[in-house]
Amino acid sequence: MSSTTSLARQDLATRDLKVVRGGWPSLAGGGVLAAIVVFLAAAPWFVFSPGDVTNLVTLFALIILGTTWNLMAGYGGLVSIGQQAYIGAGGYGVIKLADVVGLPIPVAVVAAGVVCALLAIPTSFLLFRLVGGYFAIGTWVVAEVFKLVTQELPGFGGGSGLSLTAFQGVDRVTRIATVYYLALALAVLVVLATYALMRSRVGLGLTAIRDDSVAAASLGVAVRRSQRLVYVAASGGAGLAGALIAVNGLRVSPDSMFSVQYTAFMIFIVVIGGLGTIEGPILGAVIFFALQQLLDSYGTWYLIALGAVAIAVVLLAPKGLWGLAARGRYEVFPVGHQVYPQGSPQVAKSVDFE
Amino acid sequence: MDWINAVLQGLLLGGQYALLACGLSLIFGVMRIVNLAHGVLAVASAYLAFWLVQLTGMPSFLTIAIVIPVLAAVGYAIQRGLFNKALRHGELSPLLVSFGLAVIGANLLQEIFTADSRKISIGDLSTSSVELGDLRIGVFSLITLVVAVAVIVGLQLYLSHTRIGRAMRATKDDPEAATLMGIDERHMYALATAIAIGTVALAGVFLGMSTQFSPTYGDLVLIFAFEAVIIGGLGSLWGTLLGGLVLGVAQTVGAQIDPAYGVLAGHLVFLVVLLFRPQGLLPKAVVA
Repeated sequence: MSSTTSLARQDLATRDLKVVRGGWPSLAGGGVLAAIVVFLAAAPWFVFSPGDVTNLVTLFALIILGTTWNLMAGYGGLVSIGQQAYIGAGGYGVIKLADVVGLPIPVAVVAAGVVCALLAIPTSFLLFRLVGGYFAIGTWVVAEVFKLVTQELPGFGGGSGLSLTAFQGVDRVTRIATVYYLALALAVLVVLATYALMRSRVGLGLTAIRDDSVAAASLGVAVRRSQRLVYVAASGGAGLAGALIAVNGLRVSPDSMFSVQYTAFMIFIVVIGGLGTIEGPILGAVIFFALQQLLDSYGTWYLIALGAVAIAVVLLAPKGLWGLAARGRYEVFPVGHQVYPQGSPQVAKSVDFE
Repeated sequence: MDWINAVLQGLLLGGQYALLACGLSLIFGVMRIVNLAHGVLAVASAYLAFWLVQLTGMPSFLTIAIVIPVLAAVGYAIQRGLFNKALRHGELSPLLVSFGLAVIGANLLQEIFTADSRKISIGDLSTSSVELGDLRIGVFSLITLVVAVAVIVGLQLYLSHTRIGRAMRATKDDPEAATLMGIDERHMYALATAIAIGTVALAGVFLGMSTQFSPTYGDLVLIFAFEAVIIGGLGSLWGTLLGGLVLGVAQTVGAQIDPAYGVLAGHLVFLVVLLFRPQGLLPKAVVA
């Protein structure tokens, strides 16, 4: 390519086109989210009962689960139905780290997440021999192995599980507040870290993998390495969520912590909200949480309805509710670039370059 | 002698796993879809047979004549109504749809039949056995193994020697070229799923006759079937048979060491195969 053409192209880009990432609509959206976070941080003091506060920890754990599962499935193209392996490992891990090692609870929760990320590295070398749907069931087998081994290990309570004792002697309000602020902080951090990752060079590669992994590989994206990174990160996230669920509920058992039901929840959250967007899983988690609070008493019918809605969304609105609402033009967390002809950004039909 | 017995019982158990796995193998072989609703459909078949026996008092084995066509029709409908549409949105969508189906199916079964364990009665057959020196071979397990081999031979013959079987393989190799040759791709896919779910129905009824089942039993069925397929090698029905046998032996030998280790030993053999021979034991020996 001669220097004249590339100069001419640059000329075209700078003179006739305007490239925008985000802009004031995104800043406004971000401001609203920040306000919600501030409200949530202040809320326990004047709005919610202790029961509500404990429930909200579940919402924050769901946001972490949805965000990290989406990072893996939505961007990395890795559909795992076995993240309960790390939810369980995080739950059991935090209890061991707090009760046996004696770490303070917040440190133990973060450490449990790190342990899960480390566990995911060797596991990924096994599982990455499988692709697509076979990867999915392979992850489930790994989760079953984690569960069976946990049941058999001495000191892990067998089939009945463990209780957290590190909070003994701490009064109820302090305990609930500690877990609440920890969960809120971690949920915010996980979302922001995902956003930072997606704006980085690696994120650009992941976006390309999301759209077409073969084309991405041919353009030099290190597909396997990027996928391993998101698998490890997502497993760390699942570990954090599992640890939060454990310190919130104060006890763990193999059947509850390693339940495939968590996968059903994650898939529902991400699919309903919008696969492959940062906003989607947050929206999905809020919707799922609200439905759960409203409909939990219906038991199995509620799960049947969840499954039916998830199928309908996959087939009829594959971009999820966030995709329907934003139509790809609006991002609270601006990752993509939009190109407008110079001077008239409002009337122009934008082209997405993510 | 205990160990020889464990291996023998494992081979017999493996017949059941192979029978359960061929539907999964076939659907993946033709459409590249991993059907996560596989296990639930097998358990649903067992419940249907159980319900028919309760309702009409018909002989247990006769229920097969009703359950297979019903489930095959369900399979056709699922492929035509859901999977074919999902395939247009890329490869994630069929996986997510089948997971949704699995959640719906397991909870519907729980709603209709409660969470209690059930078993389809087959009278004396469940306890009768032939003696071979010190070894005892359960007649019913032996029948299951023979049926598994028969189903696999039947599928192979069907795929290689019939008009529809050839059309199915052509669609698998190149859907667009097959369409140009006048083959209706959507109908072929739906037929393949119908046949696959038909074998799942047969396997499910046999499962229900040999063991206690509950609505959530489908999870284990899916995992075992999947392990059999991977151990044997993707895309090979004979491999699936071998995979089922290996898995069965691993589980019974593991259980011989300690009853708690049976299932775990099966998983570990699966992971070892994945580590050292990821293409499976008999990859594409005979292409399904």
